Amino acid sequence: MRERSWTAQRIYMLIGYAAAAAALFCAPLYLSDFRLNLLAKFLAFAIVALGLDLIWGYTGILSLGHGVFFGLGAYAMAMYLKLEASGDKLPDFMGWSGLANLPWFWKPFESFWFAAAAGIAIPALLALVLGFFTFRNRIKGVYFTILTQALVIITTTLFIGQQALTGGTNGLTGFTTVLGYPIGSPDTKRMLFWVTGAVLLAVYLMCRYIVGSRLGKVLRAIRDGENRARFIGYNPASYQIFVFVVSAALAGIGGMLFVLHVGIISPSMMAIVPSIEMVLWVAIGGRGTLIGAAAGAVLLNYAKSSFSESYPDAWLFFLGGLFVVVVVFLPKGAVGLLGKIKWPKRRRTGHEQQVRHSAV
Amino acid sequence: MSSKSVILQCKEVSVEFDGFKAVTGMNLELARGELRFLIGPNGAGKTTVLDVICGKVKPVSGKVLFQGKTELTRRKEHQIAELGVGRKFQAPSIFPSLTVMENLEISMRQQRGLLAALRARMTREDEQRLKDQLQMIGLERKGAWRAGGLSHGEKQWLEIGMLLLQEPQVLLLDEPVAGMTDKETHKTGELLRQIAAKRSVVVVEHDMEFVRNFASKVTVMHEGRLLREGTMEEVQRDARVAEVYLGKRRVELDVSRSTA
Amino acid sequence: MEITIIQLFNGLSVSSILLLIALGLAITFGLMNVINMAHGELIMIGAYSTYLTQTIFSSYLPSSMFNAYFILAIPISFMIAFAFGLLLEGTLIRFLYGRPLDSLLATWGIALMLQQLARTIFGAPNVAVKSPAWLDGGLKLMDGVVLPYKRLFIIGLVALTLIIMFFYIYRSNAGRRMRAVMQNRDMAACLGISTRRVDAMTFAIGSGIAGIAGCALTLIGPIGPALGTYYIVDAFMVVVLGGVGKLIGTIFGALGIGLTNTMFEYWTTASLGKVLVFLCIVAFLQWRPKGLVAMKTRALD
Repeated sequence: MRERSWTAQRIYMLIGYAAAAAALFCAPLYLSDFRLNLLAKFLAFAIVALGLDLIWGYTGILSLGHGVFFGLGAYAMAMYLKLEASGDKLPDFMGWSGLANLPWFWKPFESFWFAAAAGIAIPALLALVLGFFTFRNRIKGVYFTILTQALVIITTTLFIGQQALTGGTNGLTGFTTVLGYPIGSPDTKRMLFWVTGAVLLAVYLMCRYIVGSRLGKVLRAIRDGENRARFIGYNPASYQIFVFVVSAALAGIGGMLFVLHVGIISPSMMAIVPSIEMVLWVAIGGRGTLIGAAAGAVLLNYAKSSFSESYPDAWLFFLGGLFVVVVVFLPKGAVGLLGKIKWPKRRRTGHEQQVRHSAV
Repeated sequence: MSSKSVILQCKEVSVEFDGFKAVTGMNLELARGELRFLIGPNGAGKTTVLDVICGKVKPVSGKVLFQGKTELTRRKEHQIAELGVGRKFQAPSIFPSLTVMENLEISMRQQRGLLAALRARMTREDEQRLKDQLQMIGLERKGAWRAGGLSHGEKQWLEIGMLLLQEPQVLLLDEPVAGMTDKETHKTGELLRQIAAKRSVVVVEHDMEFVRNFASKVTVMHEGRLLREGTMEEVQRDARVAEVYLGKRRVELDVSRSTA
Repeated sequence: MEITIIQLFNGLSVSSILLLIALGLAITFGLMNVINMAHGELIMIGAYSTYLTQTIFSSYLPSSMFNAYFILAIPISFMIAFAFGLLLEGTLIRFLYGRPLDSLLATWGIALMLQQLARTIFGAPNVAVKSPAWLDGGLKLMDGVVLPYKRLFIIGLVALTLIIMFFYIYRSNAGRRMRAVMQNRDMAACLGISTRRVDAMTFAIGSGIAGIAGCALTLIGPIGPALGTYYIVDAFMVVVLGGVGKLIGTIFGALGIGLTNTMFEYWTTASLGKVLVFLCIVAFLQWRPKGLVAMKTRALD
């Protein structure tokens, strides 16, 4: 297993990756501005999907609360954008709600870099606290999942309820510039696309490193048998907290980039339905494979944007049906389906094939 | 016995499950390098004693001293494992989606912290150790297999191999030959001999034939209490033991055969 | 004094609704370990069944009989939700036993489709169900304290459902078979119990109770396709808090969440109250990670 042989298949795979990466980075050359912006949004979602795959696919913990982490990242960036758009004045919605002064916790968000750091740190911190109080007491499986769903509900009600501080149901929008560049101009959009692509690549490589390290093996071991891992001497709680924090931070990064592309964030974008849709991205692409999760996010959102605009009602039927089909018939997602195809010129045994796929 | 040669000491350990007394005032002393068998009829509390030692079950009273000083009942499971107490459960529990090699790799004695695991690199010595261990448990040709695809006996050996790589000072084995064929049982016996040469081992066992193959001390438990301690002959000659346990010897033997 | 009584009564009323919803979950989740996210939609189905019953009564039957419709609506809601549950179990749930997280995702997909179906049939706007005249008004306890009959009726309905369920599960042969299958499936099968039939029945009963809950909810306010989603997470929290596998835990869980929720919402705001309740639940689970009533096992995982 350790020796890496340059089999033909491996070379094809590398060429495929390189071609995909090149096609992605050259996308501004052949996509319209509108399409490019859409693709950029999907890439931001792919970052969220990678994080979700780490915790669900590799560690076996299902979080339905990633909409919150995504939303917190998005709000952090949106607060900066809102302040920059408002200039010296108070953001418009605060005035409508009768606020006279900028709340203290808004002040530091005048700095882009503070906002960017907060967009990672705040979701990570929330995940750390929640993870500490759940995993430490071995609250896991379904119980954890339900708690994360409750987290979504209370966060959205809180954001809607605190109209003066968060913009309420409407959320934050009406942005003009980012770091002084007009946010809507094609040049800025292109730059943001490249930034998102680069961040996605970096995140992908980081996840790959984590998954391939011994820590990644321990994560899978915890998924297989948490107690067994405990009796070997690992403390599953610290590993679970770690992976929860990392994946929350990634969701935060995805949220920040999302706001930069889309120009709005509201509580409905972090509610129950979007949170669970994120899980579907991973499920459909293939949980436990990084490429699958990222591809699932892009593909499903592509289908959604092309399908739901013309047939919004049928889309919900389709989405619901997809959940059922993927869970019941394709537990390994699209990647699992590809894995079942018999590759020619392969001399490995069927068993080793299986092993290799799980290690991707 | 001086405290130096005693590695593990259970003092007046009692366990209750919702009012049911599973173990009452159990005492057990294990010397360094000793191989000890823990026998007794079903429900005698043998497995519960192992559970207390490895931290899975907290006793209502009593102490478990490791190396004469460390109180195990106040530690968490993973800390106890780190201190050097290894535990094998009755059903084979390996990590089915990891390969055999990966199972061994994460079991190896090493730093168990997050950062250490993130940075861990396989050295040549590590690799050699894993290969040697693979050889010892007879799975050298199946290193790249998914552990879930192994046979029942192979899983048991893999688990023993994982425990050995942990390099525990005390090894707790719960019915290591249950459900094995005669051939597999024999091989496991050989493994056990090799293991016991280097460390202290407690084995819970039902199969009397298997126990008789080893000339070592036997502890008999009955209804949560210590009944008798001594060599196999001494124990067999004891009237009370015969009454509660060996009187049912035929039945026990039948059970061990039927599960084989 | 009056305020205390009213708050207490409100808390009790909220608890009773939560309990009615959570009872169905306690069966499907607690006994079968299936996370049925479509439970909320079964409630919605029960509510629309009541709406249909009312519509039929007002269109085809003399108006003097209208007030009786609600008595009929309860069993009708139960039966329709029961039938849906049977269908759901037979076509989907039975492939998902032993995979709780997958059952959650698949049933969520079903929930999405059922909501959309309701939107297609009944339209997206909420519809109002006119409650029978004998439930208007309230019981006057003292000056300023009037307990609405509707709320009292719901509390009574929950108590009745609870008693029937208790006798069914713990005192009837069918209930004994059900408990046998849930505790040791293989052993029960060996003893000649048809586990397939018991599974289907158990799930359907849980669904039927959701139908009753839906019927009760029509008394409180207008109903819409997304009716179930407002309550479902709270109801799951009740089961988590109460502990899995025993009805008594569910009762205390519902009382705990219902009363604290009303209390906090009275002291603070609705949104802040929810946050505080959540924090209380997490804090409580620090003390008892498996909920109020937990069952111990010797299994490793």
